[in-house]
Amino acid sequence: MSNDIRIKKGLDIKLKGKAEKTVEQAIISNYCTVRPEDFHGTIPKLIAKEGTQVKAGGILFHDKSNEAIKFVSPVSGKVIEVVRGPKRRIDAIKIEADKTQDYQDYGKFDLDTASPEAIKAHLLASGCWPFVKQRPYDVIANPNKLPKAIFISGYASAPLAADLDFTLQGKETELQEAITALGKLTEGKVHVSVGKTSNSPLAGLSGIMLHKVSGPHPSGNVGTQINKIDPINKGETVWTVNPQDLVIIGELLLTGKFNAERVVALAGSSIEKPRYFKTLIGSEVSTMVYDKGIAKDANARIISGNVLSGKHIKPDGALDYYSNVISVIPEGDDYEFFGWNKPVFNKISTSRALTFSWLNPKKEYDLNTNTNGEHRAFVVTGGYEEVFPLDIYPMQVLKACMYKDLDEMEALGMYEVAPEDFALTEFICVSKQPHQKIIREGLDLMLKEIG
Amino acid sequence: MGLKRRLHILKRRYRGTKMAPAFNAIHTFLFLPDETTHSGTHIKVADDLKRTMNTVIMAMIPCLIFGMFNAGYQHHLALGEIEAVTQGFFSAEFWTLDNFMVGFWKILPLVIVSYGVGLGIEFIFAIIKGHEVEEGYLVTGMLVPLIVPVDIPLWMLAVAVIFGVVIGKEVFGGTGMNILNPALTIRAFLFFAYPTWMSGDKVWVHGAVERDQLIASGQNLDAISGETILGSLAQGKAAGYEIADMFLGFIPGSVGETSTLLILLGGLFLIFTKIGSWRIMLSSALGAIVMGLIFNGVVDSGIISEGSKFYGLMSTTWWHHLLIGGFAFGTVFMATDPVTAAQTNKGKWVYGFLVGFISILIRVFNPAYPEGVMLAILLMNVFAPTIDHYVVQGNVKRRKKRLKVKTA
Repeated sequence: MSNDIRIKKGLDIKLKGKAEKTVEQAIISNYCTVRPEDFHGTIPKLIAKEGTQVKAGGILFHDKSNEAIKFVSPVSGKVIEVVRGPKRRIDAIKIEADKTQDYQDYGKFDLDTASPEAIKAHLLASGCWPFVKQRPYDVIANPNKLPKAIFISGYASAPLAADLDFTLQGKETELQEAITALGKLTEGKVHVSVGKTSNSPLAGLSGIMLHKVSGPHPSGNVGTQINKIDPINKGETVWTVNPQDLVIIGELLLTGKFNAERVVALAGSSIEKPRYFKTLIGSEVSTMVYDKGIAKDANARIISGNVLSGKHIKPDGALDYYSNVISVIPEGDDYEFFGWNKPVFNKISTSRALTFSWLNPKKEYDLNTNTNGEHRAFVVTGGYEEVFPLDIYPMQVLKACMYKDLDEMEALGMYEVAPEDFALTEFICVSKQPHQKIIREGLDLMLKEIG
Repeated sequence: MGLKRRLHILKRRYRGTKMAPAFNAIHTFLFLPDETTHSGTHIKVADDLKRTMNTVIMAMIPCLIFGMFNAGYQHHLALGEIEAVTQGFFSAEFWTLDNFMVGFWKILPLVIVSYGVGLGIEFIFAIIKGHEVEEGYLVTGMLVPLIVPVDIPLWMLAVAVIFGVVIGKEVFGGTGMNILNPALTIRAFLFFAYPTWMSGDKVWVHGAVERDQLIASGQNLDAISGETILGSLAQGKAAGYEIADMFLGFIPGSVGETSTLLILLGGLFLIFTKIGSWRIMLSSALGAIVMGLIFNGVVDSGIISEGSKFYGLMSTTWWHHLLIGGFAFGTVFMATDPVTAAQTNKGKWVYGFLVGFISILIRVFNPAYPEGVMLAILLMNVFAPTIDHYVVQGNVKRRKKRLKVKTA
């Protein structure tokens, strides 16, 4: 049985440099980096100190506030450096990878006879738990709370996103195993959504509630789908998992190995030949972005994740724990003479104020990182609603976050949102306000004050 | 070394100093800054606030130019030097260089004073408070000369601009934070502080006040009368102008608000560019029509007699209200100010409707000053947050109800 979800409000940002559907094995990365900041809200308690030998799937650290949540190494090797920031905060754990990979064996798991508690304990111990995130607050799921439903979006609508139908090909067994396991952890349903015209391997799975999604971005955002399928109320919790992480969970259950392998898209207008790579979580991006990639002296920005919500990383940086796309776009650190009033043909705009992207909705643009204007107070109204399909007033929520009114934030629907839901409103914001940051800080405040 | 490079070096030199905002204001006027995204989305749309404001100004330029011709035309017409126009919008009697030059030399100083004083204050506040110079005044500065009588003394305008910008906007925190429309605050200040310069039958035509003073000093001259249509109707007289004149704008009035045709074109441009809210414009027109029809109904049913002082305006055919006075200008350019209008889409319908409704109400029942749109917009500016509150509460209630259904 499947349901249709049609999203009308939104905006498809078409960019140059979509990844071609060929997969290459990335060069094996000599170093692997795990950055605790990928796990928002987690304070790491280091277990694998500098100099320790870890196996792939071996524990690196656990969450200080909940020791059960373990974080594991994607590769086997030696922890060569723990990079610390202010107040000795752990910024990154660097592991020198072994030539031959040695996996920690968590043992095959028999799902048929296992209790929900046993499944949970197994996922927690094996480092798969961080893949399960929760709403409210968009943080790693609290294992002690029972989710009312689990949501998985198999439809990627973000600009230059990896095509999940393609990257998940042939992974049906792993996906099914993971879904079956997760299904036992909730009393509600496991909602899986796929694109309307897709041939996603997710569509054929059993034990799911299938939804077919169509419409512009953010139709693929799991937050949009939750809002349309079964919105979160106060006191409720839902879990979300990225489909590419289901593969890792599934493989762990089937074989006992934590295999951090993932197919990622390398995309963006600064890449000569955009394509897919098979690589490991935490791999250095330099293993992928230079071969038929970024031109030698190009001034480009490398982003782990998509161009709307991804992280800006340096050329020696690494793929983060959750992303399945590396976007590379030109930096825009140059002035433009009378850029604010001359007609614009080469940039996207939702207005028609001498901006002409409305003439050619199918055109792919080569956007750079210029802000196209300075930060201002909120002035223009009505624009955000056109790209925001959730039944929430975006500007009012943002303002409530800015003046930190917890009651109002709660009443206006903060339990339902994650920063990525505000990526489009941030993209189109005339006042160039940092919407995602405002929402993140609002959620952090609520988590701290209300919990 | 190019200009771009030179300015970049200067920008770095000014960074962190008191003068940085002032320098940046000029710099960003010439060049879109080199700023890149650092958190959140890595790409951004092409629009910024400068582009938005510039679009509104472009929509007003035809009104400004028409206003210059009209100032000269009304002046010469009142002196009896030329004949009234007969050939529609492109009448040769109207579009003469002579007409234009009279208006140009009267109105250009208004524009200069408005921008000079207003932007001066913006710069001073930006330097004192250390924030960037914001673009809000670009539109206000253009609105102000268009909504005052042509002969307004420049010092009055300067005082009013200072009041409007400081009290109307800066004390609330600058662009985006104000409650009342700054341009209307300026006009309201003028209206209440210097009423003789803002109403009556002498101020709307260039030269009328001067002529009065000459007559008072004993010279034997004919007085120039420049009654607006609203003024005539409020006194129970006939409008004295053809409908076509009202629509095209060949009538006395504030500088830029006479030509409903050009305002309509400006409004369509704003709607097309998605800068102006069509919801507010449409609902405001609807509100005015409803009120106009109610008054027409009252007159038709014989509740008030022809002797009543409200008869003149009440009996005005409902759709004529849209053409006369500042209604069209206020609706298109001032009621739609996103900061002071309602901010939710549903709220915009209510807000706009009430602006139109109350404009006509004030127009009819306020014989001392028959233009209601200014006060109606200011009043609704005050109530806009309340309207939004109830609209947003609707959403909040829906969310609570969902929870209740769930737990019940």
